[in-house]
Amino acid sequence: MHIVVCIKQVPDSAQIRVHPVTNTIMRQGVPSIINPYDLFALEEALRWRDQAGGTVTILTMGPPMAEDTMRKALTLGADRAVLLTDRCFAGSDTLATSFALATAIGKIGETWGPPDIVFTGKQTIDGDTAQVGPGIAKRLRFNQLTYVAKIDSLDPESRAITVERRAEGGLQVLQSRLPVLITMLEGTNELRRGSLDSALRAARAEVVRWGAAEAGVEDTAKCGLRGSPTVVKHVFAPKPRAEKAQIIETAAGPVRTQADAVIAAIFARQPGIESDLLRLARHS
Amino acid sequence: MSQEKFDAIVVGAGPSGNAAAYTLARKGLNVLQLERGEYPGSKNVQGAILYAKALEEIIPDFRESAPLERHIIEQRLWMLDDSSYVGMHYRSEDFNEDRPSRYTILRAQFDKWFSQQVRDAGAVLLCETTVTELLRDESGRVIGVATDRDNGTVYADVVILAEGVNGLVGRRSKLREELQPESVALAVKEMHFLPKDVIDARFNLKGGEGVVIEGMGTITEGMTGTAFIYTNNESLSVGIGCLVSDLAQTGRSPAGLLEAFKNHPSVKPLLAGSEIKEYAAHLIPEGGLKAMPELFGDGWIVVGDAGHFVNAVHREGSNLAMTTGRLAAETVADLKQRGVPCSKANLRAYTKRLEDCFVMKDMKKYKDIPSFLHGNRHLFDLYPRLVSKAAQNWFRVDGKDKLTKEKEILTSFRKGRTLSGLLGDAFKMARAWR
Amino acid sequence: MSDAAKPSPPAAAAGRSSMKKELPEHFKAYRHVWVFIEYERGNIHPVSLELLGEGRKLADKLDVELAGVVIGAEAEALHEAALSCFEYGADLVYRVADPILAHYRNEPFTKAMTDLVNTYKPEVLLLGATTLGRDLAGSVATTLLTGLTADCTALAIDDERSLAATRPTFGGSLMCTIHTLNFRPQMATVRPRVMPMPERQAGRIGRIADHSLSMAEEDIVTKVLRFVPDRDSDKAQLAYADIVVAGGLGLRTPENLRLVKELAEVLGGDYGGSRPLVQKGWIEADRQIGQTGKTIRPKLYIAAGISGAVQHRVGVEGADLILAINTDANAPIFDFAHLGIVADAVSLLPALTEAFRQRLSINRAAS
Ligand SMILES: Cc1cc2nc3c(=O)[nH]c(=O)nc-3n(C[C@H](O)[C@H](O)[C@H](O)COP(=O)(O)OP(=O)(O)OC[C@H]3O[C@@H](n4cnc5c(N)ncnc54)[C@H](O)[C@@H]3O)c2cc1C
Ligand SMILES: Cc1cc2nc3c(=O)[nH]c(=O)nc-3n(C[C@H](O)[C@H](O)[C@H](O)COP(=O)(O)OP(=O)(O)OC[C@H]3O[C@@H](n4cnc5c(N)ncnc54)[C@H](O)[C@@H]3O)c2cc1C
Ligand SMILES: Nc1ncnc2c1ncn2[C@@H]1O[C@H](COP(=O)(O)O)[C@@H](O)[C@H]1O
Repeated sequence: MHIVVCIKQVPDSAQIRVHPVTNTIMRQGVPSIINPYDLFALEEALRWRDQAGGTVTILTMGPPMAEDTMRKALTLGADRAVLLTDRCFAGSDTLATSFALATAIGKIGETWGPPDIVFTGKQTIDGDTAQVGPGIAKRLRFNQLTYVAKIDSLDPESRAITVERRAEGGLQVLQSRLPVLITMLEGTNELRRGSLDSALRAARAEVVRWGAAEAGVEDTAKCGLRGSPTVVKHVFAPKPRAEKAQIIETAAGPVRTQADAVIAAIFARQPGIESDLLRLARHS
Repeated sequence: MSQEKFDAIVVGAGPSGNAAAYTLARKGLNVLQLERGEYPGSKNVQGAILYAKALEEIIPDFRESAPLERHIIEQRLWMLDDSSYVGMHYRSEDFNEDRPSRYTILRAQFDKWFSQQVRDAGAVLLCETTVTELLRDESGRVIGVATDRDNGTVYADVVILAEGVNGLVGRRSKLREELQPESVALAVKEMHFLPKDVIDARFNLKGGEGVVIEGMGTITEGMTGTAFIYTNNESLSVGIGCLVSDLAQTGRSPAGLLEAFKNHPSVKPLLAGSEIKEYAAHLIPEGGLKAMPELFGDGWIVVGDAGHFVNAVHREGSNLAMTTGRLAAETVADLKQRGVPCSKANLRAYTKRLEDCFVMKDMKKYKDIPSFLHGNRHLFDLYPRLVSKAAQNWFRVDGKDKLTKEKEILTSFRKGRTLSGLLGDAFKMARAWR
Repeated sequence: MSDAAKPSPPAAAAGRSSMKKELPEHFKAYRHVWVFIEYERGNIHPVSLELLGEGRKLADKLDVELAGVVIGAEAEALHEAALSCFEYGADLVYRVADPILAHYRNEPFTKAMTDLVNTYKPEVLLLGATTLGRDLAGSVATTLLTGLTADCTALAIDDERSLAATRPTFGGSLMCTIHTLNFRPQMATVRPRVMPMPERQAGRIGRIADHSLSMAEEDIVTKVLRFVPDRDSDKAQLAYADIVVAGGLGLRTPENLRLVKELAEVLGGDYGGSRPLVQKGWIEADRQIGQTGKTIRPKLYIAAGISGAVQHRVGVEGADLILAINTDANAPIFDFAHLGIVADAVSLLPALTEAFRQRLSINRAAS
């Protein structure tokens, strides 16, 4: 089996700050990490490879320094890494990103055998759109299985796959046929820690670097800024609320006094809420 | 277990480990470097001073690619009391030279860069890999390390311990004693972000110029310690450190001291409007020569903070780290080339190298300073107050004649500390410095 | 690549906004605002009605019609859904009824949607950012090769009739406004509870246009074997609860979560928590509130021991009244809460529960 996992390098958004004056993201010193959701996809891919045999190829589109994060994915046990990096990819939105990734997956297929499954994470923590996965699926004409919580069965021979998919209000159990694209839900598996040997292998492995041409992109107008139908017109910091919270001052007394003061403050501020509460409390 | 045997394993990817691994790899040795952080520098968030010379000896053209913040053109030494400081400033246009000797750096970026040079030189680096213990053969010779990864043992001819001040591997492997509270300082530090032009204006700088402020006095409430402000490109590193034993005795928290330092009337305006990020606390080995552990043995060798190579008075650490890393590597590479084992007897050459350069000379020169400072609290409390009071008296034009002022100042010193005490301090100070 | 190699814009904002070109001729015929109506198991997802409310405003601004798109198995049931759409503001409903569409599946729904778009040419297409809506939107946008802006928090029409879709990026640290200038339709998804629920206008009616699905079951690879509904009892109703009580790390121990649950119960509301509680396994993932959890819009939100990080904030800002309980008077949550008390949540929560219990039972007895 050949499995491709798309992983993205993202700035650790927990550590991002906005420049107080210019309102731009200050990336200085913000470490890059593997998009946390993609790790669940990678782990699932590694599990099925270990079970059914085959290889796992990881694919990233990003700047040259993304190589560091790819090496980390290799440490966990991926077999090969392809870094898609080219100036013409800069400024891609999700449509242009999925075009580039899908084209590269086509090339990966030509080079190392056609993939049976392409995994992506549920979404990224920087773009946060969850669109790239479906975009790739559509372009590759793979069956699309999003928000997969569990792969119940997978038979490379008959090409049948059964998954549990998180749907609105419940789980859908879906049967489909390889090749499929799966976007993996978070919390579905526990990440392994590579052995010393795989870490050593990864440290020395060569990350394959493809520019647009090597990846088989013929029309660069479909890439990057030019290939992106969406246009970011305006970036701004969220508006702070004009006034801060009204602090309920209570003398240091028993908590019950505090509690009564809180309730009084709530009802004073929102007189209608008491009847709502009565109605709700009655229902429960 | 890895089948492969390396020429050397370097534990840690700080300045000392990187210097060692780089030097070894450049000499063609098969080097494995292990770092427990997610990436080199991930545990080192602070900004710091880089002394160019030590790095030049390793990477002569480092200025072309290393992430340097500002070069230092001005040094300020401040003696603070609660509301004032008496200071000495030295600023020189001569420091705007082609190859400046001191820079501010951000360790996270600098360590990453250094590590890239190490890997480009051919060393293998594994991050998120913690060395748990040294492996030995029956004779007690160190033959490799155990790590926290699955099948995580790996072998080498020599292990270079560049693990920093905690020296956990060394302690666990019984190569050294526990850290003594009176020989380590706990430093806390914050990054204060400000736009570049604001920093330039506040510190009177242009281009890539930078300033260092070192402060001592009542800010440490009588404890042995100093505070500092470094200018980076778009941020200030602000910190304070005190001996752990003093902190334990007084029950003061370093965070509280830092808060007070930041609110000192002389400091506050420099930081106004900044956005704070990255609060970090770190130990500094300040015990000097007397606190140094064994530096080598059969199959192992210690460099950098792990070896207590820090000159606390001059705030030098990373330069000693890089230099000791380089010297240890040169020692090992030399033995390797001669085809002799890294036995304790053969590694003695490391000491020789240390003694031939500034490292041991300085460590010896300052060997009595730590205990002197520790035993003389008034240096950090009384003197700053007296000096400040004297300066105020002197500069205040209040109709008093100058002779009376001189007398008052002298009396205030004598009241604060007896004449013999004053003389004694001067004498002891001079002796410790010698 | 050389011809395409323009300076890479780190500030994509500046780079892209200068690229305004004329809308290609064939897109000029695209008119009207559409909302995809999520209709499953006999229910319309409330987010679709919220979007009709928002779509109405956009349509009025553009002076065009608002249409709902209902897709499902039975024409009868879809008719009912269509009537609801009219009552919530739609002028027109496109109905695609086919047994193949009984359960949501990507292939036939994408087909139905793209066929409709290519036939009737809307200029704006809105979908809920639910698991269904996100699954569908990505495929539809890629098939149509148009732009799609995910998880918007505000929608507007600018002076050039262009949809200005505002959304958080970088985990909520920044907001950005995105346009699809040269392609149609302009697509956007919006999370449940971000937009207010519009007033229902009983009896309001509109037109239904039927469209058929040109697809056979044999063409579809993926089959739905089963649907396992979430058990109602433990299913979080957070997004739509009127009262929400949530806890954060300030609760200190998982046991103290009980205090949050008890207050929520007395108030007839639901409970949730900040992300670290999910990561620590103290609460289930679907009870996480915030950027990567649920957006809530309750009448009363009580946050106990939550610092109020920006990622949390974006999920709760729509609440009518936010009460924060935190020991740290400088906690960021006090910057956006309406009411705050600097107190230990672990001791205040039980007192609050008891006080509410008494207050409510007294009043109930009285009424
Ligand atoms: C607040 C502060 C300010 C300072 N300012 C200056 C200054 O301005 N100029 C200056 O020259 N010096 C300064 N120093 C001192 C300087 O930082 C140190 O001397 C220097 O970092 C020592 O380098 P090192 O490589 O020996 O140790 P470290 O930099 O501590 O590196 C040790 C590395 O080993 C890793 N490690 C530890 N244990 C293990 C293990 N078991 N397995 C794997 N990896 C491990 C650690 O993660 C770390 O990366 C300052 C120190 C502090 C705390
Ligand atoms: C990509 C990304 C997405 C994220 N998405 C979300 C999200 O959707 N939702 C979310 O919540 N977070 C999210 N986060 C995490 C977020 O940044 C914060 O880390 C998180 O919200 C903090 O949770 P907390 O307030 O419970 O904990 P803390 O930040 O640790 O705050 C605990 C608070 O409790 C107070 N406290 C302590 N003791 C008491 C006491 N006895 N009584 C009262 N108060 C007390 C403290 O003063 C403090 O303010 C995300 C982060 C990232 C990077
Ligand atoms: N530049 C990229 N390189 C590789 N994979 C990506 C990239 N961008 C997005 N992905 C994949 O697509 C998923 C969804 O991304 P997004 O649509 O940005 O939320 C991610 O979890 C990744 O698996």
